[in-house]
Amino acid sequence: MNSPLTVEVKEIWSALNSIPDPEVPAINIVELGVVRDVAVDGKRVKVTMTPTYSGCPAMKTMEMAVQELMVEMGYEVEIVIVYKPAWTTEWMSEETKEKLKVYGIAPPPKLTFEHLHPFSSPKNVEIKCPFCESNNTKLTSQFGSTACKSLYFCEGCHQPFELFKCH
Amino acid sequence: MTQQEALFNYSLRLGDNALVLAQRLCEWCGHGPVLEEDIAMSNMGLDLIGQSRGFYSYAALVEGKDRTEDDLAFLRNEREFFNRCMVEQPNYDFAATMMRSFLYGCLSYLQFRALTKSTDNTIAGLAEKSLKEVTYHVRHSSDWVIRLGDGTDESHQKAQTALDELWHFTNELFEMDESDEVLIKAGIACDLAALRNEWNAMIDEVLLKATLIKPSESGYQSKGGMKGMHTEHLGHLLSEMQFLPRAYPDAKW
Repeated sequence: MNSPLTVEVKEIWSALNSIPDPEVPAINIVELGVVRDVAVDGKRVKVTMTPTYSGCPAMKTMEMAVQELMVEMGYEVEIVIVYKPAWTTEWMSEETKEKLKVYGIAPPPKLTFEHLHPFSSPKNVEIKCPFCESNNTKLTSQFGSTACKSLYFCEGCHQPFELFKCH
Repeated sequence: MTQQEALFNYSLRLGDNALVLAQRLCEWCGHGPVLEEDIAMSNMGLDLIGQSRGFYSYAALVEGKDRTEDDLAFLRNEREFFNRCMVEQPNYDFAATMMRSFLYGCLSYLQFRALTKSTDNTIAGLAEKSLKEVTYHVRHSSDWVIRLGDGTDESHQKAQTALDELWHFTNELFEMDESDEVLIKAGIACDLAALRNEWNAMIDEVLLKATLIKPSESGYQSKGGMKGMHTEHLGHLLSEMQFLPRAYPDAKW
C-alpha cells in the first residue's frame, strides 16, 4: 500500500470494500488482506493483489470481481499478483476478526513462533468456541472446508466449528 | 550454461516436485481412511498445485518462448519431468503416503526456508509463500508418522515398511547439478548439501518418537529424477493427469 491516496484511489479502495470474500462472505477482500495496492494513472488503474494460499480456488473469482468493478467504474484495469510479502492473518483488524466470530468462524489467533515451526504445535493458544465462548475445544483436523480453515470441536456446547487458521 | 537456462531448469524442477506430489495426494480424494484425512490430503494437494503454478509461470516467463504454465504441466513427457523420484512413488497405503509426505516435506521446508533469502525476488516470494504451507503439511505428516509408528502392531509394521521402501529415494533428494551450481554462485538457489544434517536431525527426532528404525545408509539408492530418468510409476501418473488436455486441446471450463 504505497501508492499516493488521491481522491480517486480512496474512492476505489472504498468500492473494493463492497466485494465479499467468495468463501467467507462475512468479510470483504480488503479486510481479508488480499488487496495490497491501488494505483491510478488517468483512466488506468493497477490493482496489486496477493493470494491467501497458493492454491486458493477463490483467488480467480476475486480477481474477476475486481476486474468487473473497475470496468464498471470506467477504468482500464491491470491486476498484478505479488507473493511478497506473503499474506498473513496478522493483517486482519480486530474488527474483521469480530465479524468472523459473529459469522460462526473462530478468528485466527496471534501468530507465534510455534506456528512457524512444523514440530512445535502452538499448544498454549486457546481457541474459543465462536458459539458459546468455551475454551474447552479440541482440534479435529488442521485442514477444513477451505485452505484457510481448520476443524475444531467444542466440548462445551458439543458443536463442531471452524477456525480461520493462523497463517 | 547461462543463468537464464539454469533459472528455467530450477523453477521447472520446483514446479515438477510440487505438481507430481499434488497429483498423488489428490488421488486420495474420495478414498481417504476418514473424512478429515480425505479433506486434508486434497487440501495439501491444492496448496502444492498452487505452488507448482507459481514456479511454472515463472519458468515460462524466464524461458521466454510463449509457453504457459499449462503447457509445462500437461504437454511434456515423462523424460521431460525433473522431479525427485520419491514424489512419484505410488500411495500404496496411508502410512506410505504420510511417510513420503514427511520425508519429502522436511526437505521442502528447509529448502523453502533457505530460498526466502534468494537474491531472485520471485523465487524468494514464492518460497516465502510455500514455506508457510509446507510447515502445516510437515506438522500433519509428522504427527501421523508418530501416531502410526507408535500405534498398533499393524500400523507400526506398515509405517516401518513404508520407511524402508522410501528410504531408497532419500539420497536423491539432495542431488544437485550444473543448474544448481550456477544459481548458488549467484545467490539464487540454495545448497542442498548444507541442509542434509538438519534434515537428518528432523527425521531422527520424529522417528525416535515414532519408535521406527532408520534404515542403514548403505542400502540401494535410486537416482536420476533430475535427469528425467524416472521409476515406472511416473508415466502412469502423467497419462492420467494429462489425458484431458491432450485429448481435448485447449479445452476450457
